[in-house]
Amino acid sequence: MSQDSRVRVRIRVNGDVHEHEVEPRLLLVQYLRDVLGLTGTHVGCDTSHCGACTVLLDGEAVKSCTVLAVQADGGEVTTIEGLAQHGRLHPLQEAFWEHHGLQCGYCTPGMIMSALDLLNRHPDPDEETIRRGLEGNLCRCTGYQNIVRAVQAAAARMRAAEAAAAAGGGDD
Amino acid sequence: MIPAAFAYHRASSVDEAVRLLQELGDDARVLAGGHSLLPAMKLRLARPGAVVDIGRIEGLRGIRRQVDHVEVGALTRHADLAAARLPAGLEALAECADRIADPQVRRRGTIGGSLCHADPSADWPAAVLALEGQLVLVGPGGERVVPAAEWFVAPFMTALQPGEILTAIRFPVPQARSGSAYLKLARKASDFAIVGAAARVTVDGSGRCTGAAVGVTGVGDVPYRATAVEDLLVGRVLDDQVIAEAAARAVEGVDPVSDVHAGAEYRAQVAQVYVRRAVQEALGRALSQPA
Repeated sequence: MSQDSRVRVRIRVNGDVHEHEVEPRLLLVQYLRDVLGLTGTHVGCDTSHCGACTVLLDGEAVKSCTVLAVQADGGEVTTIEGLAQHGRLHPLQEAFWEHHGLQCGYCTPGMIMSALDLLNRHPDPDEETIRRGLEGNLCRCTGYQNIVRAVQAAAARMRAAEAAAAAGGGDD
Repeated sequence: MIPAAFAYHRASSVDEAVRLLQELGDDARVLAGGHSLLPAMKLRLARPGAVVDIGRIEGLRGIRRQVDHVEVGALTRHADLAAARLPAGLEALAECADRIADPQVRRRGTIGGSLCHADPSADWPAAVLALEGQLVLVGPGGERVVPAAEWFVAPFMTALQPGEILTAIRFPVPQARSGSAYLKLARKASDFAIVGAAARVTVDGSGRCTGAAVGVTGVGDVPYRATAVEDLLVGRVLDDQVIAEAAARAVEGVDPVSDVHAGAEYRAQVAQVYVRRAVQEALGRALSQPA
């Protein structure tokens, strides 16, 4: 029995469908970075602790270093590159920038993807909810204070945008 | 870190998975959510020649209320259980699920995968022992059921036989006026349990304890039922002194392990404290139920 027989996968990434023959052992993070060239998703600890590799898989934050590409077959992935729309940064990206939610920036893509999942579930989270929601993402620079502030600011902005859109006043 | 090469097989039914395991033999491992197996494969602690992915089998994920028990499909994610509405007395299931690792891991990791991996510091064993889970296995010879108390054989070793797959865990719905709780000591966010204690307590109309079960993880080389504690609880009206006296026997007959996180003496001490608190919490929940 051959151990290197490749498997065909079809994965929608940031809206575009990709099809490749991959080795079964290929991790989703390697698929994104090495096959698709989407290097915004980082490899940190590579042991499912640090969360730098977090992406959304079918709308849920997962650690892409601990998912095989073949497990994501047929699925939909969103990476940090998929957040900006029409040349405008996502409110979370803007808020991390404005509130200094990053220093070295290594954890930031994963932190933002986790925060996005959190805000999808809790549009108006208190500080405790944010801190618990980001437990799977480690930052060794900021001490988390400004990350929490950035997520709070983004939440307020996203709620306002939603309210404006509901009132028919959306500007996009 | 990259796993060693393996052949990938995706099973679309339990029967197909069992057949594949028979064909592939000892060299095959079952992949559910992948949050125990893949880290082990990346570290090359596990090097299976073949992986049977059961992650897409219909009907293995979800929580079903039956007449006298709750059936949890083996592929049910920790996050599903953390958010589940469960009958009174099974609170420890959701509480345990919510304390496992971190949000991302809880969305991928499955209760069945964790129980089959059988890490002696995993959270699930304590809750599954205290809630007297019944593990449903399907193999070449059909179905059999193993009580949680007989499941954990040695570190990372269970009663699962070659060719078998865990398909569900059945939890008896506790009698009226039952409560349960899970408490865990971990050094930091995302960690395994240094000590994890789950308790289920049932009381009668007069407040007397008519049933108790305590599961402990992280302390011995395998998770265990603290039967010495249970024996001192059943038949008595539980006040703080009775509970403390019972909890003092949390490590009776067990050799607590020592490692970089905690020495044996510390584990023994914390086990007693956490068992006491878990019993108190479970009792409070039982007493809050209508008589």
